[in-house]
Amino acid sequence: MKAWHFSETAYPYLPPADEFESIRVSLPNRNYDPQKGAALYDRYIREWQIAEEEGVEIMLNEHHQTATCVDPAAPLMLAALARVTSKARLLILGNPIANRRQPVRVAEEMALIDVLSHGRLEAGFVRGVPYEVLPANSNPVRMNERHWESLDLIVKAWTNHDGPFSHEGRFFNYRAVNIWPRPWQQPHPPVWVSTTSLSGSARVGAHGYVQAIFLTGYDGTRAAFEAYRRGWREAGRGRDVPIDRLAYAALVYVADNESKAYAGAEKLLWYLTANKVPLHFAAPPGYAGVAGSVAMMKAAANRLSGLDQHEHFGRPTTVESAKERGLMFAGTPDQVYAQIKKFYDHVGGFGHLLIMGQAGFLEHDDTVHGIRTFAREVYPRLKAEYPGTRLSGAFEGAAAPAE
Amino acid sequence: MITLAGCAVELFDTGEGDPLLLLHSGQGFVPDQPYVGMLSRRRRVVAPSHPGFGKSELPDWLDTCDDIAHLYLELMDRRGLAKVDLVGCSIGGWIAAEMASKAPERFRKLVLVAPVGVKTGPADKLDIPDIFAMPQEKVSQLLFHDPAKAQVDLSKLSDEQLTIIARNREALALLAWEPWMHNPKLKHRLQRVACPVLFLRGESDGLVSADYVARYAALMPDARIETVARAGHAVQVEQPEAFAASVLGFLDA
Repeated sequence: MKAWHFSETAYPYLPPADEFESIRVSLPNRNYDPQKGAALYDRYIREWQIAEEEGVEIMLNEHHQTATCVDPAAPLMLAALARVTSKARLLILGNPIANRRQPVRVAEEMALIDVLSHGRLEAGFVRGVPYEVLPANSNPVRMNERHWESLDLIVKAWTNHDGPFSHEGRFFNYRAVNIWPRPWQQPHPPVWVSTTSLSGSARVGAHGYVQAIFLTGYDGTRAAFEAYRRGWREAGRGRDVPIDRLAYAALVYVADNESKAYAGAEKLLWYLTANKVPLHFAAPPGYAGVAGSVAMMKAAANRLSGLDQHEHFGRPTTVESAKERGLMFAGTPDQVYAQIKKFYDHVGGFGHLLIMGQAGFLEHDDTVHGIRTFAREVYPRLKAEYPGTRLSGAFEGAAAPAE
Repeated sequence: MITLAGCAVELFDTGEGDPLLLLHSGQGFVPDQPYVGMLSRRRRVVAPSHPGFGKSELPDWLDTCDDIAHLYLELMDRRGLAKVDLVGCSIGGWIAAEMASKAPERFRKLVLVAPVGVKTGPADKLDIPDIFAMPQEKVSQLLFHDPAKAQVDLSKLSDEQLTIIARNREALALLAWEPWMHNPKLKHRLQRVACPVLFLRGESDGLVSADYVARYAALMPDARIETVARAGHAVQVEQPEAFAASVLGFLDA
């Protein structure tokens, strides 16, 4: 298993939440102090470097018009990281290509980072959360179609080496695609895709790309990974799905004693509790599809919490409930190892742990303590127990009819 | 249903008399709304559900009101409607304006009810407020003179009805998202609309302002404006009698 230190480079110095409508999209940037922001960037980059020193890989992502993740141009941050690190893999998860108008530009950015880092890029692509459509002025209808046309075009731009080719698709048009540089890694950098829908998971599996899934808990993750494995097998990739195709992102905090671990874990909950977003940003028309919208209206009619902005987060308010649901692994090294093992067994196995290890007011020293304790006390056991070549979905093999 | 350019379109065709092509708003076509009966008692009312709305298909190539205008000109050909009166509400008014700009000779008179479709104001201000970036209560206040009328009890609706609401909302977003609620070309084409045009606007309409309607009407050579009291954006729903009286009065004159 590979572990990745993931920081959203949040800006936590905000007014009380009841004084603003939304932490995303509409929060005025007068609330952002560039000098404090610069100090935060310095600090977060240092934490990524410490992760590398400890043998942990590096992950970042991109959001827009939000204090939760002040990294609206993730390739820029990744380019900086490419020059201040030398051995860690660099995962961007990811490029919101349904919202980016120029797929070839994205292919160029990724190729540049791959060369700049001497082949350390892991190129992730995301559909983008609902509140990204307004900052990008991106039509929430047909995002999935744009996403896949864009991704296929990017891979083609990376792998075509014989001069210009043309692309006249449904959403994107180019007459002469011929990127310089081409990627360092051949045939192209590893592709990751994050998705939450089961049909999306199956499609990622059919392509054999790495699937990442965020904070979906025990059963949601299991269902998504099952869909991935089904898609993989139905596409003729064989029965065996190696665990290094599947990634899970959770809040993780490890400390050398329980009370310290609990205190750190409490601060990590900021990820969930600070995400104040009104429904009109969280549920733009068409984003969820017709069936999804009907389900949301029914939930509203039944006065359930289905219209809550993050129903897949479920808004747990305590460390205990987050752990119970599999959104968080926290405690001493022995406890965290046991929690991850239990989760691993439940979902059928996964090969990448994406560690949301910094949030809100988890200060630098505590963040570093969490990274180091994980890296030194938990990670060696995970690497030994779960090599990337191990197979995912063993229980399906047991239940499956003979072929 | 009728198939237009490979797209199955739900079509209501009711009443007798001179044909009136009725193009619905973003709320979709609801045949049992009182204003429909008031029109169809006097006229043959031909009313399609726009692609993606109601039970009409949404082909993957279609994404603009301009596309729909072409489909409906074909609809007129197929139904033998050489020349009609055309009434469009809100986004249906946008489609109607597109149609009249393409084939002005096929329309005897045109009624645009709180239409969207053009951008005439400054670049740094939306002509039409962004209904997808505000709470539903605020949307209702903009849309209705009496927002209490906007209340819908979702728990009383069937899955089929909820599906139609979801489809309508999705199709509206597809058509109106970018550029927001308008086709930048349209205002350069409306000078071709030679027939008499009536703009109807509810006095409490918070979506389509009086200024917007005035600037829209100025783009056409023979347009007049009427304001309906105690009505918001959906004049036809909130004041059906006044709506029918204005429309039929204008068409019969």
